[in-house]
Amino acid sequence: MSSFLLEIVTPERKVYAEDVNMVIVKGSEGEMGIMPNHIPMVTPLKIAPITIKKNNAEEKIAVGGGFLEIRKDKVVILAESAELPGDIDLARAEAAKQRAEQRLGGKKDDYDQLRAELALQRAMNRIAVKQG
Amino acid sequence: MAKGMREIKRSIKSTQNTKQITKAMEMVASAKLKRAQEAAVASRPYTDKIREVVASIASGGGAIKHPMLQSREIKRTAYLVVTSDRGLAGGYNANVLRKVWLTIQEKHKSPAEYDVFVIGRKGRDYFKRRGITPADEVTGLSDSPKFADIKSLAASAVKGFESGKYDELNLVYNQFYNAITQVPVIKQLLPLDQSQFTGAKASYEYEPSPEKVLDVLLPKYAETVIYSAVLEGKASEFGARMTAMGNATKNATKMIAGLTLTYNRARQAAITQEIAEIVGGANAQQ
Repeated sequence: MSSFLLEIVTPERKVYAEDVNMVIVKGSEGEMGIMPNHIPMVTPLKIAPITIKKNNAEEKIAVGGGFLEIRKDKVVILAESAELPGDIDLARAEAAKQRAEQRLGGKKDDYDQLRAELALQRAMNRIAVKQG
Repeated sequence: MAKGMREIKRSIKSTQNTKQITKAMEMVASAKLKRAQEAAVASRPYTDKIREVVASIASGGGAIKHPMLQSREIKRTAYLVVTSDRGLAGGYNANVLRKVWLTIQEKHKSPAEYDVFVIGRKGRDYFKRRGITPADEVTGLSDSPKFADIKSLAASAVKGFESGKYDELNLVYNQFYNAITQVPVIKQLLPLDQSQFTGAKASYEYEPSPEKVLDVLLPKYAETVIYSAVLEGKASEFGARMTAMGNATKNATKMIAGLTLTYNRARQAAITQEIAEIVGGANAQQ
């Protein structure tokens, strides 16, 4: 199977750099599966898990926003946060989810609403990755 | 004489204690400096990458028009000042704060013309003493700050520019050259300088459109530039502390040497006097 290099970079460090066969992401316009020799492109990403397929195995990474850059030689995901399942604290994510839900329940101004929604998305993203 | 000796001995002891502390602080700072430098280097690929993509959008689609790239008439300026939480770092905080304060005094007539965003307790206290309430502040940053720690401050500063609340956003921090040289600088962050987005290599497809991608990218870029300034500020802080504590240790060593000399002289003088007294007493009895 042909493969390509996938790099995941956050402002703090390079989280991931390995040869993979396919990566599935949720772009701003919908889900995309990227295989080798994809046309070079750039798109923003949603807060959602990405799925990496490598040698018949699947891996999930929680990516918190950012964007995707596809180049001829490699694919780079630039994200504000990226966590492997091992890095995620499930209890903390659950607590964050509950907090966000509570905030969404109460009526506040638009900005708080938006923040709570984003927090909820991040929490769900982490939980989804952790529970595989 | 004996009393004078005891006092000298006490001050030797106290100087030794101080020296121990400054020495330890110097070593801790130098260890942390190394880590801070590594963090600053590790954050570079992210910023470089965004710059590269923005550059390729710019080169592909001719002139890019985006509010964050256009300068407008300056009515209100925001300053984002990076300081530390703790002192004992030589002129680290004083230099950067003096620089921003002089600039503010020079450029603005009334407090309505500017706003400050502060990172670090020293900076916050400085502005509060002068009756300026920071628009936003972050204190208690760890030695290796995470992007999430400053994200909300960075985002609100950038949003302030986008919404037209500020017409200019300046970043004030200590630029790191090496462990002994840190220079306070004021850098204009927003509007972004187009000239930094040149030298694109690849051309891409954009989904949904180049403009939409820019909408996401440019604020992110500005935020990461702020983050790298914070990391650089941390490296400068440790560099400054290391140098300051190194000097303090050197001074303490010198002082201890001086005091020890005085102490030994006093001790010798006391012994000589005692012998003279004994001899004098013995002579008197003959």
